[in-house]
Amino acid sequence: MKRRDVLLAAAAIFIIWQITAMVVSMPILPTPLTVLVVFFNELQNGLLTHFAVSLWRVTAGMLLSVLVAAPAGLVIGGSKRLNRIFSPIIYLLYPIPKVVFVPVVILFLGIGDTSKIIIMFLILFFQIVVLVRDQASGIAPQLLQSLQSLGAGRRALFRFVYLPASLPAILTALRQSIGTAVAVLYITELSATKYGLGYYIYYRGSTLLDYPSMYAGVIAMSMLGLGMYFSVDWLERKWCKWKFVN
Amino acid sequence: MINIHSLTFEYANHSPLFQNFNWNITRGETWALLGPSGCGKTTLLYLLAGLKFPTSGEVTIHGEKILRPRPQSGLILQDYGLLPWSTVRENVVLGVNVRKFYGADGKHTPDNFIPKDNIESWIQRLGLSEMADKFPGQLSGGQRQRTAIARTLALEPDLLLMDEPFSSLDAITREDLQNLTLSLCEEQNITLVIVTHAIEEAAVLGKKILLLDMPPNQNPLVFENPNAGKAGYQNSSEFQNLCRDLRNEMQKRSGQ
Repeated sequence: MKRRDVLLAAAAIFIIWQITAMVVSMPILPTPLTVLVVFFNELQNGLLTHFAVSLWRVTAGMLLSVLVAAPAGLVIGGSKRLNRIFSPIIYLLYPIPKVVFVPVVILFLGIGDTSKIIIMFLILFFQIVVLVRDQASGIAPQLLQSLQSLGAGRRALFRFVYLPASLPAILTALRQSIGTAVAVLYITELSATKYGLGYYIYYRGSTLLDYPSMYAGVIAMSMLGLGMYFSVDWLERKWCKWKFVN
Repeated sequence: MINIHSLTFEYANHSPLFQNFNWNITRGETWALLGPSGCGKTTLLYLLAGLKFPTSGEVTIHGEKILRPRPQSGLILQDYGLLPWSTVRENVVLGVNVRKFYGADGKHTPDNFIPKDNIESWIQRLGLSEMADKFPGQLSGGQRQRTAIARTLALEPDLLLMDEPFSSLDAITREDLQNLTLSLCEEQNITLVIVTHAIEEAAVLGKKILLLDMPPNQNPLVFENPNAGKAGYQNSSEFQNLCRDLRNEMQKRSGQ
């Protein structure tokens, strides 16, 4: 996507927000200009710290998910036997809304960062493992046979075929997971913490009724998601150049 | 060089494609495998490649029973088997990289393997220099097939197995690559076994043509074609007669 188009879309959103705020004219929906001023002030008053804490949690959750789910998806997708064993288990567990396990995970792992990261991991793991597994199991047998004829055994097939073939699926899974990850982050930061954008938004909005600050937090959280989204796009352009050639 | 002895092969729940089938190939020969669809041409090639295994009987190359793909054999498939995420240069060097990955273990890589810096010369030889940094998706069918040939020959195989490699190419490119394949095999003393369903292609490429029957194949029918590959051969009456004989035999065998 072109940078200019993204900037135009952002401008359009801000204009719609400005018009809606002027029409509604209530404290609960301040204008974007008011929010932007507060946003820059709040950056020096702790918002940056909340942003950093949230960034760490969501990055750790996503990294952990990729590091565990991508190899698992590759191994399961690369073996018919393992696929037969694990697919029914994944089929059963995938649709369960893992967010309901928040209290259980907190009970087991405490109120620190670990429980928040593990909840994100539980949700993202299945999204990534399913996409990577499907990609790996869908590799054309002719491609594998061609590599086998060059001497590739199982290890070389993983190194030279399964891994690079699944890289776009890993990045797609990541891109699709970012929205979920940030939403889950918000939920996990609503309780048992005093840091993070989820806590910041909830505290400013529901406790202090400081709506411009609350929206500043929303903008920060949106920027967190967008930044991750753009990072994945950048990685895809860097690692999957072949997808962008004519 | 290649001995197929009492080969029986069948896919699960199917009748045998080959039954007590025997076939011998001498080093440096060029063979074309011809026959109707479903007769087992590709299966026979995969048995030679070590990608499929006999139900009974054995396939040996240089006296060694084939139990896995043999590092000295090269296989080129109809869809070229190029990695779409790798450039032409990366695809050409792929086989060498696989060998480096394992080292000279004698199983995946010949135990006398010493990496050679011959990739650029193969790229140049196959006319791929200008597109060396392009991806397969940016190439024509002929260029992809050239890349697949370069990748295989860079490993200096003694046996080249090709499965309908030119079937999706236009006539000019096909002829060009047929001639290139023959001259490279002759120059490098490579044994060539090529699967085709086109009678003319078999007559152009195979100094010996193995005509397979509808399964089960038991007795190989071999046509000698010593002038294959010679200049002007395709315009000769000998070529026309061979094509006619092959066509008649195929029709007779399929009961038409």
